[in-house]
Amino acid sequence: MNDTAEIYDQGEYNFAYLDEQTKRMIRRAILKGIAIPGYQVPFASREMPMPYGWGTGGVQVTASILGKDDCLKMIDQGSDDTTNAVSLRGFFEKTAGIRTTYETSEATVIQTRHRIPEKNLTENQVLVFQVPIPEPLRFLEPRETETRKMHALEDYGLMHVKLYEDIAKNGHIATTYAYPVKVNDRYVMDPSPTPKFDNPKIDQMEALQLYGAGREKRIYAIPPYTKVKSLDFEDYPFEVQKFDKPCGLCGAENVYLDEVILDDKGGRMFVCSDSDYCEERRAEGHAGPMAADPAAIQIGGATVEETI
Amino acid sequence: METSIRTTTKNTPLAAGFQDPVHNAQTCFRAIMDVMARPGSRKVIDTHDLSPPAPLTPVAAAIALTLFDYDTPVWLDRSLNSSEAVKAFLRFHTGAPIVGEAVDASFALVSDPEHLIPLASFNQGSAEYPDQSTTVILTGQEFGTAPSVTLTGPGIKDTTVFATGPVPPVFWDQVASNNNQFPRGIDLIFAGETEIAALPRSTRISPTEV
Repeated sequence: MNDTAEIYDQGEYNFAYLDEQTKRMIRRAILKGIAIPGYQVPFASREMPMPYGWGTGGVQVTASILGKDDCLKMIDQGSDDTTNAVSLRGFFEKTAGIRTTYETSEATVIQTRHRIPEKNLTENQVLVFQVPIPEPLRFLEPRETETRKMHALEDYGLMHVKLYEDIAKNGHIATTYAYPVKVNDRYVMDPSPTPKFDNPKIDQMEALQLYGAGREKRIYAIPPYTKVKSLDFEDYPFEVQKFDKPCGLCGAENVYLDEVILDDKGGRMFVCSDSDYCEERRAEGHAGPMAADPAAIQIGGATVEETI
Repeated sequence: METSIRTTTKNTPLAAGFQDPVHNAQTCFRAIMDVMARPGSRKVIDTHDLSPPAPLTPVAAAIALTLFDYDTPVWLDRSLNSSEAVKAFLRFHTGAPIVGEAVDASFALVSDPEHLIPLASFNQGSAEYPDQSTTVILTGQEFGTAPSVTLTGPGIKDTTVFATGPVPPVFWDQVASNNNQFPRGIDLIFAGETEIAALPRSTRISPTEV
């Protein structure tokens, strides 16, 4: 038995850290969020043992839905082994003693910071997003009383003006992340700062999506098979980012790539942001143009340890 | 004194709640969340051997213990409201205040769904805060027997057919107008003998074509 399991057995925390009343309150907010897709349900967010910006909203949502048979995957910008993902995975291993995984298909609950896995999710999975600022209209209208009224009246002209100004200034819609969407033809919603590359995945997704914003105290949801449309104009239709090269390590095309600096002489490569997807492809024998490069192997070749 | 703590009315001992409150409530919640996210689908809910006082059913009691607490005013229909044992059970295990006006309630428990009051009598939420509406829980439902309706909307791939009863004759018209005022409106949970189903306000209802 390792240290973390001992702490859990001593009963220092309730299962998954939160007390039962808090879980009930969050669970009720989740149900209302599901019933009103894209509407931000206010909830009494608790102080968590991590700073705001680390995913306190997502953590509270995950803690409220998690059961002892669940298998949790935690990703940060697509990667399973960056600081945020490692800390939050450790948090749930310690407080809930549940199984965690790096494999997208094995997980029943996936908490994510700013990416959606490349692999299609299934009906049996729940995707939990960490959201910094849930209100898509906030930078256009700072007053909550006003934005609430705008949502009530379905008054989203301001958002279209913003997108139009993008076109007037840059010749195209320059918003690349947190790209506003309209859910079920009713609410304009911020899909959290995921790259707009991921917006098409939100539409008609088979998995349930839950969004939690801890500092802003909002929960919202998109049920499976829900129409989610990225806002655009007839003559400037919504487009996702395109990459001219495949992933340097696994050769995958049509995936979201991260730029990685390899040395101080200008060496760099583009690799899958979804680390599990990339590793799985390499295990299947796919190799990208940089796969043999010694500098690249150091970055992509680290074997990961999992808790079973 | 001891007996007055352990008993509620003269000879009725208080029925037990969840044996394992943390994990029992979690499994019940996941079932409720799943059916709410997939309107018209049914899921078996594990009642964990609850034996609440009649007319409260074990499935309804499991939902109550999972979702109710001191923050959620609860409205009971006439047959539940006339049972002191039911009220004592809910008060003791959930702490939820029991209210007389349907419009004040976060949750409504209905054990005689045939005589359900109009859905419009419950809290519909406001345009700014549609989440403050009532969630109505109909117990004693039998799925698949009554005439069916066709459902479309969020959570449903293409369409699905749903049938449940007993419900009042005008029920489906009321559910359709409930959907018409989206995002305001109530949400429905149907509790059967072992299964549950749900219809959030976002679901569009049409009569099934024969």
